[in-house]
Amino acid sequence: MELPRPRPRRILGQPLTLPMLRMGPFPLPGREREKNIRNADMDQFLQLIVAGLATGAIYALAAIGFTLVWQTSQTINFAQGEFVMLPAILVLAASHVGLPMWLAFVVGTVGFVLLFGFGFKRFLVEPMQRHGVLPLAIATMALSVLIKEAAKNGFSAEAQQFPSLVPEGTLSMLGAAVSVRDLAIFVVAVAAILGLQAFITHTRTGRTMQATAQNPTVARILGVPVQRMILLTFLINAALALVASYLISPVYLAKFSNGEHIGLAAFIAAIVGGFNQIRGALAGGFLIGLIDNLAAAYVSSAYRTAVPLVVLVVVILVKPEGLLGRKEERTV
Amino acid sequence: MTRKLNPTLLIVLLAFPILWFAPAGLKSYGLYVVALWLVMSIAAMGLNLTLGYAGLTSLAQGAFLGIGAYATAILTVKAGWSLPASFLVSTGLSFAVGIVLGFPALRVKHHYLAFVTLAFSVVVFLVARNEEWLTGGVFGLANIPRPVLFGIDLGGGLAFYRFVLCVTLVLTLVMWWLLHSPWGRAFLAIRENALRAASLGIDIRAYTLLAFAIGSAFGGAAGSLYAPLVEFIDPAPFALSASFVLLLTVVAGGAGSFFGPFVGAFFSYMLPELLRATGGWYLIIYAAVVLVLVMVSPTGLLGLIDRWRDHRSQRRAATIRAAARPTLGARQGPQQGSAS
Repeated sequence: MELPRPRPRRILGQPLTLPMLRMGPFPLPGREREKNIRNADMDQFLQLIVAGLATGAIYALAAIGFTLVWQTSQTINFAQGEFVMLPAILVLAASHVGLPMWLAFVVGTVGFVLLFGFGFKRFLVEPMQRHGVLPLAIATMALSVLIKEAAKNGFSAEAQQFPSLVPEGTLSMLGAAVSVRDLAIFVVAVAAILGLQAFITHTRTGRTMQATAQNPTVARILGVPVQRMILLTFLINAALALVASYLISPVYLAKFSNGEHIGLAAFIAAIVGGFNQIRGALAGGFLIGLIDNLAAAYVSSAYRTAVPLVVLVVVILVKPEGLLGRKEERTV
Repeated sequence: MTRKLNPTLLIVLLAFPILWFAPAGLKSYGLYVVALWLVMSIAAMGLNLTLGYAGLTSLAQGAFLGIGAYATAILTVKAGWSLPASFLVSTGLSFAVGIVLGFPALRVKHHYLAFVTLAFSVVVFLVARNEEWLTGGVFGLANIPRPVLFGIDLGGGLAFYRFVLCVTLVLTLVMWWLLHSPWGRAFLAIRENALRAASLGIDIRAYTLLAFAIGSAFGGAAGSLYAPLVEFIDPAPFALSASFVLLLTVVAGGAGSFFGPFVGAFFSYMLPELLRATGGWYLIIYAAVVLVLVMVSPTGLLGLIDRWRDHRSQRRAATIRAAARPTLGARQGPQQGSAS
């Protein structure tokens, strides 16, 4: 369930128990030693925040794709995590066959978008859409098992190195050492999301897509090519998964089981933020990323997976439409 | 006794002696697989009640299987209880937890409920893995005893299989009775249209909770049999994927049909054993088969049979119509098209 993450540093040999409680807005006057601990805590806290934002950006990418696909075609894609796992594996598999790295990237990218953008929509979602939400959800569950096992048996059961586009190292920020990769992940993911947002709100095609998402029937009456717009959201979903995969695989290594955690986090992010809002999925992604990282450090590494889930359950019970979502109307 | 015996009940009563005698020649591994099929059928039957009849999407049946299995293992290994007592306690515990988990079901439906139950599954798995003092952690609990009941030693493979078969029969009859009672009809009414059911005076709150809790109790009962069947449990078989597979099982068999869970469990738990010879590829084959099945027939394997039967009766009707056409045509005259 869990991805390997370096354990938080322990300062002065003392386990860090609930420093959140000790961290006031102003450092209280006290002995020098106390102050040092507090500064170290602050450093660690900042590192965790940056790491959390980086993880959160990945979750947001997956969650936005998930939300888009849900909005336009009522598809609950249980294979979303596997979609993020697979492109890196495809690239590695292509390079193992003997292709040079750049060509492997091209083959992986094109192959993935064709198979799981176009193919997924055309051959799985389209024929099953008329049967309703549940059979399609079941089909994506089976698809997720299929992808995972195929990656395990067809490629490798071991975690594999994935080439990073960003050098390793740390950067000093506000006195704390921050990983360059984490920053790069954050920047690239946010750029991708902003680009998507600009596309949706500022281009004609984007607005047509939005119309399809909001009300397919009316969109069709107004002359929107609905099926083509749905296909577009599937392609965007595949592209977002691709970006997430290339960003995260150098850090977590490429492994067949990576999708489980990312998929789960993406669902949680999408629901917590609001199932029917892109900015909801965005906020949810960052929130879950932060909670995930902070919980691992401050609550319990054994139960870190449970903390976002508790948040999820609370949100569902208190505000089922999500933090930023709008209520869906009920028809009798 | 002039009432005609219900065909469903007839199948159950006919299948029992067949299943009692048929596996007698099997070796211990074969017996284990057949017994596992029955145990998983019980769990799937519970989920079928929740999903197929009451329409509540639950991803927690694997967790209830785990709760039942761990409760039984802890009570028999650590506290030295007998299996029947542990069985009742495990089932009751699952029922109680099911009621608690059922409360979210009152507020949310469909995918939201799926995610609440999913969260529950993950938490149960984490507790089983982390609370070593209680569950043995990743090392699990070993040497779960098979009991001696009424002077019969159930230690052997065949004896224990027959014990499982008897329990399955009892639980199947309980389920049959339940579905034909006013309760079962109320579950169906809520699935079809909750508002209409409420306006007919069905207490939606109570029945939703009940559907959830009874389904969970069946999961717990299955777990309680699973523990002594395998004689060793660790958290792995009760992970989230177990709940996914149980959901696939119910849908593949045919959600909302009485024998769907048995067909589905055969498909999900015996087929992989038969495909074991293919090495690591069996899960791929299984997933691909489920995928194709759901695409071809969203109502499951039994739905496929129903459709085939419909198709055949339509064809038969078509041939009869075709055969009758000349006589009809002769009576009405050849130019009937222009007359209208």
